[in-house]
Amino acid sequence: MKGRQIPRIAWPLFALGLILLFNLMFTDSFFAITIKDGHLFGSLIDILRRSAPTLIMAVAMTYVIATGGIDISVGSVLAISGSIASLVVWGGNTQYLTSAGSQYYAPMLSIILIPLVASILLGAFNGVMVSFIGLQPFIATLILMTAGRGLAQLLTGGKVLNFRHAGFEFVGRGYLFGLPFPFLLALGVIVLGTAITRLTPMGLYIQAVGGNRSASNFSGVNTRLVLLFVYIFSGFAAGLSGLVMTSDITGADAGFMGLYMELDAILAVVIGGTPMEGGKYNVGGTVIGVLIIQTLTTTILTKGIPTEYTLLVKAIVVVVVLIIQSNKMREVMGKRQGKMMVKGGSAI
Amino acid sequence: MSRKRLFQISRRDMPLVATFIVFLLLYAFGGFSYRNFMTPRVFLNLLTDNAVLGITAVGMTFVIISGGIDLSVGAVISTTAMIVAVLTKAGMNNVFVITIALLFGTTLGFLMGGMIQYFKTPPFIVTLAGMFFARGLGYVLSLGSVPITHPFYTNASSIGIRIGNGKLSMPAMALLAMILIGWFISRRTRFGRNVFAVGGNEQSAILMGLPVTQTKIAVYTFSGFCSAVAGFIYTFYTLSGYGLAAMGLEMEAIASAVIGGTLMTGGYGTILGTLLGTLIQGLIKSIIAFNGQFSVFWIKLFTGGMLLGFILLQKIFVYGTKSRRKKR
Repeated sequence: MKGRQIPRIAWPLFALGLILLFNLMFTDSFFAITIKDGHLFGSLIDILRRSAPTLIMAVAMTYVIATGGIDISVGSVLAISGSIASLVVWGGNTQYLTSAGSQYYAPMLSIILIPLVASILLGAFNGVMVSFIGLQPFIATLILMTAGRGLAQLLTGGKVLNFRHAGFEFVGRGYLFGLPFPFLLALGVIVLGTAITRLTPMGLYIQAVGGNRSASNFSGVNTRLVLLFVYIFSGFAAGLSGLVMTSDITGADAGFMGLYMELDAILAVVIGGTPMEGGKYNVGGTVIGVLIIQTLTTTILTKGIPTEYTLLVKAIVVVVVLIIQSNKMREVMGKRQGKMMVKGGSAI
Repeated sequence: MSRKRLFQISRRDMPLVATFIVFLLLYAFGGFSYRNFMTPRVFLNLLTDNAVLGITAVGMTFVIISGGIDLSVGAVISTTAMIVAVLTKAGMNNVFVITIALLFGTTLGFLMGGMIQYFKTPPFIVTLAGMFFARGLGYVLSLGSVPITHPFYTNASSIGIRIGNGKLSMPAMALLAMILIGWFISRRTRFGRNVFAVGGNEQSAILMGLPVTQTKIAVYTFSGFCSAVAGFIYTFYTLSGYGLAAMGLEMEAIASAVIGGTLMTGGYGTILGTLLGTLIQGLIKSIIAFNGQFSVFWIKLFTGGMLLGFILLQKIFVYGTKSRRKKR
């Protein structure tokens, strides 16, 4: 039986391969990578750079969904983090905002740390709501999604906070070792998540909680701490994502920053083969899911298709991926339902 | 058995009572704080201004009771309005335009329901794809705002029944009609009972021989229909179609249902509660508008806080009655 199983990650890989194959045949120099201004340059590198904010978010979302939860507040947390970062760059003084373009040298450490701490606290709020108060994850994070957006707008007074800050701009625009820095940050989050889940029993606990919360509680897993951890990690990731985005566009638009990004992140997780019921997860699949979405968007842009068709194409691709992933399709194709083997621990 | 059920029902109506009390308190607060707040005009405007949200929330309530979710509603509203605008501009017959507009949302709902049921894909993702599709179609029809100048639409916004110094407008009447229809379907039809059964426990519903497949598909179809109606009503306000309209309305509709006492796990919810949930969100907006000192950003903060308050209230209330916990 084991020999006939197709790993779930095969389907998203197949979809990504198809899009890349399409580009290989129909888009000129899509795969060309040149060195420009001392860093790598090309469509593929652009995909890596642009996918970073969603990737950071989606990796953390994978763990949340693996516990059977969901975090729809990440878009708002991103906006709060970005707004705080811009405020710190401005030294908390929005009075002279009209003179966009002037330099203000806030210390780098405070620009990075204050938003991240705030995001971690917001994540902890979600975690406490879900684990200790016992709210359903959707509702708990819906509260923060709604209130958080308002909070971000209150912080910035509804203005778009533009700034110039050479050091901070590196976070979203810089290149290190020839690679876009945001992508390296995303890699860092993946490594961090993988280290926590595989070097400690956390990965096993996350699957246990997602599989059956009360059973894992009875078998001695501190389910509350596990849930608290995944939401804090998700808040942290959303905050980091907000820093990348704010730095990239050198400004924070509290009303629209990260709007609907939570949905993209969740979509990437599910396309990547992590079931929404929880109990299993596949971070590699999530990465591929994010890359599918971004490659699709970039393809549409480079092919010169009017941008208004982006969402239509996205909808069609999502439906196709969902259908080829579904059990019904496997039955039709005469394959037995393969059980996904999770990297961390397949014991459960 | 029957006595126990009776006891549960009376107890189960408590969230609705709590919602109603909060509504009254908010209304009284507005009335004591601001002159002219308790006039028929303000109340009728409350109905008019929240008609789109309320009508959408009726469909959403059914979906949530069945244990699902529908993220496509905001996009369907904006695209329905866009279809009306574009087809009217092209000089097509009104009846034809309205039929096409209503058919679009309903058909999309039907297709989403079919996909959720047939391929067993999560409603969250399927309706997200539906949202992409509807928004995408709206953008393809026009990226800018398309005005509606047909006299049918410009006149419709002035139709209404005068009550005191206010006016029961067309949108308000549509809202009340849809609430009535929703209430009737949920409480007085076999389909309504099936929705509750499916949401309560799908496995049991299948074993009981209930038409689960038809019920679930019908629920999403109905939600699509409700958002299409809401989108049509939306054209009366804006007299235009715009691809970016009604952004984030799906979350407001979910909030309406949840504030109204509907459980996200499915199996419980009331249409009347959803109406109250919608009106409470509207009251928050009205009070902030009357106040004039708070910025509009407080609306979201207050709505979030209100949501939190309600959920905690429900939690306290459910605590001690039943400890049966369902996983989402």
